[in-house]
Amino acid sequence: MADLKKWHELPIGGVIDKPATALAYKTGSWRVMRPIWHEDKCTSCMMCWLHCPDNSIVVKGGKMTGIDYEYCKGCGVCASVCPVKAIDMEPETKFLEEAE
Amino acid sequence: MVETKKLALTGAEAVANAMRQIAPDVVAAYPITPQTPIVEYFSKFVADGLVDTELIPVESEHSAMSAVVGAAAAGARAMTATSANGLALMHEIVYIAASLRLPIVMPVVNRALSGPINIHCDHSDTMAERDSGWVQFFVENAQEAYDLTLIGLKLAEHPDVQLPVMVNQDGFIISHGVEPVELLPDDMVRSFVGEREPVYSLLDVENPVTFGPLDLYDYYFEHKRQQIAAMEKVFEVFPKVVEEFEKISGRRYACVEAYRLDDAEHVMVALGSTCGTIKDVVDELREEGKKVGLLKLWMFRPFPKEQVQRYLYGRKSVVVLDRSASFGAEAPLYAEIKSALYESPTKPLIGSYIYGLGGREILPRHIRQAFEAAINGDLLADGQGYLGLRE
Repeated sequence: MADLKKWHELPIGGVIDKPATALAYKTGSWRVMRPIWHEDKCTSCMMCWLHCPDNSIVVKGGKMTGIDYEYCKGCGVCASVCPVKAIDMEPETKFLEEAE
Repeated sequence: MVETKKLALTGAEAVANAMRQIAPDVVAAYPITPQTPIVEYFSKFVADGLVDTELIPVESEHSAMSAVVGAAAAGARAMTATSANGLALMHEIVYIAASLRLPIVMPVVNRALSGPINIHCDHSDTMAERDSGWVQFFVENAQEAYDLTLIGLKLAEHPDVQLPVMVNQDGFIISHGVEPVELLPDDMVRSFVGEREPVYSLLDVENPVTFGPLDLYDYYFEHKRQQIAAMEKVFEVFPKVVEEFEKISGRRYACVEAYRLDDAEHVMVALGSTCGTIKDVVDELREEGKKVGLLKLWMFRPFPKEQVQRYLYGRKSVVVLDRSASFGAEAPLYAEIKSALYESPTKPLIGSYIYGLGGREILPRHIRQAFEAAINGDLLADGQGYLGLRE
C-alpha cells in the first residue's frame, strides 16, 4: 500500500471528490469463477450486456466481442442469462494451473 | 455590547430559540420525553412563520438522524434534538454523521436509558455516545444551553473542525425548569453563526462528490486518523469561537470552569446541573474555612486533559461525581480524570461517586458528605462510592 495517500492527503469523511474513480479500482482480482465466451455460439443478443453489473461486456459495432477481465468479478449473471449458453463459468484455479 | 432580552425560559425553550435564531435549513425530529418541548417550541416558530426551516416530522430517531445526515451532506445546515432511547436508536447514524464529518448540532436532553424504563435525568444516554466522534458539551443551566448551542454551531462548521456537536442539558432539571435567560438579538446571532460553507456538497453539481462509499482496509484507518486530528483541532478553534462569543454576549466560556480553585486542596469534578448545587456547598464549606472548590467540565469530548491537569495537579484530593455507570468498569468521568492524573508529580487521593441515576435527587448534604470524606482522607482509593443510594 506504499503508493496510497497518507491520512492528511485525503479528502475528509471518506468523500470521493471526483467522478469515475471506480475506473481506477480493478476488481478483476476478486474473481473466483471466470466467464469464458464462445464466439461460435454467441448471437450478440445483448442479454449479457444488459445484465452485467460491472459493465464488463465489451461491445464493438453492436456486436459482443469479449469480456473485460480487469473489472469482471465473476458473478456469473452473464452465463445465467445467456439464452444460447455461449458463456461457461470456469474456476480461476484452472487458469492458475495453466499459467504455471 | 448591545441591549439584550432577559426572559423567563425553560432550557428547552432557550434552545428552541437558539435554533430559531440559527435558522437551520432542515430540522428532522421525533418526539421523546424530555426533549419533546424543544421541537414543540421550534415547530410553533416554523408554523408562525418566524423561521424558514424545512421541518421534517419523521417516524423514528434513526430516521431523524438519517434525514439530517442527508441534508447536511447536501450542504444544508441541519439540526435535530433527542433524549435517551431516542439517542440510542440513532446510535448507528450518530457514528456515520461524525465519520462523514457533517457539522450537525444536536441538543440532547439527558435521560436515563431503559431499562427499567425511566424518564428522568442521568447521563447514561450521552455516555453511550462518547466514542462516536461527536463533540460533547455539558451545561449547568438554561443560559449555558442557549450559549453553547450557538458556540457549538460555529465550532462544528469551522473549516478545521467539521464535526458534529451534542449539547447536553439535564432532563427536566434544565429542560423543564424556568430560569432567567438572556437571548441575544436575532441579527447578532445571524451574524455570529454566518452562513454554512460546506467543504463538500451533494448539491454542488459543478463539483460532483460521493458521500459514504465503501472504505476498506486500504483507506478506513486513514479516515479514522483524520477524525482524531479534527478532535485535536477543537482545542485550537474553540478558544477563538468563545472569545468571539464573549465579545457579543459578555459571557466567557472555556473547556472547563474553575470555581474557587485558587487555593483549593480538595476539588470536586462534575458535569451538568449538579455543578450549581456543588457551588452552593463549596460556598458553605468555604465559610467554614474548608479549602474546597469545583472543576466543572463544559467539554467532555474531546476530553480537555491539559486543562484538567492544569487545575488538578498539586491538589490533596479529587472527588469525581458521575451521573452514569460503566458496568464492570470505572465510571466514565472518573476514569478520564484518573487517567489524566497519571503523570501528575504528586498524586492526589481520587474518589469516585456515582449519583443521581434515573433522576435520583442529589442534595447539598450528599455533596457535603463527599467533600467531608475528601477532607478527612476517607476517600476509597480504587473504590466506588454512591451518593443518595439506599445501602
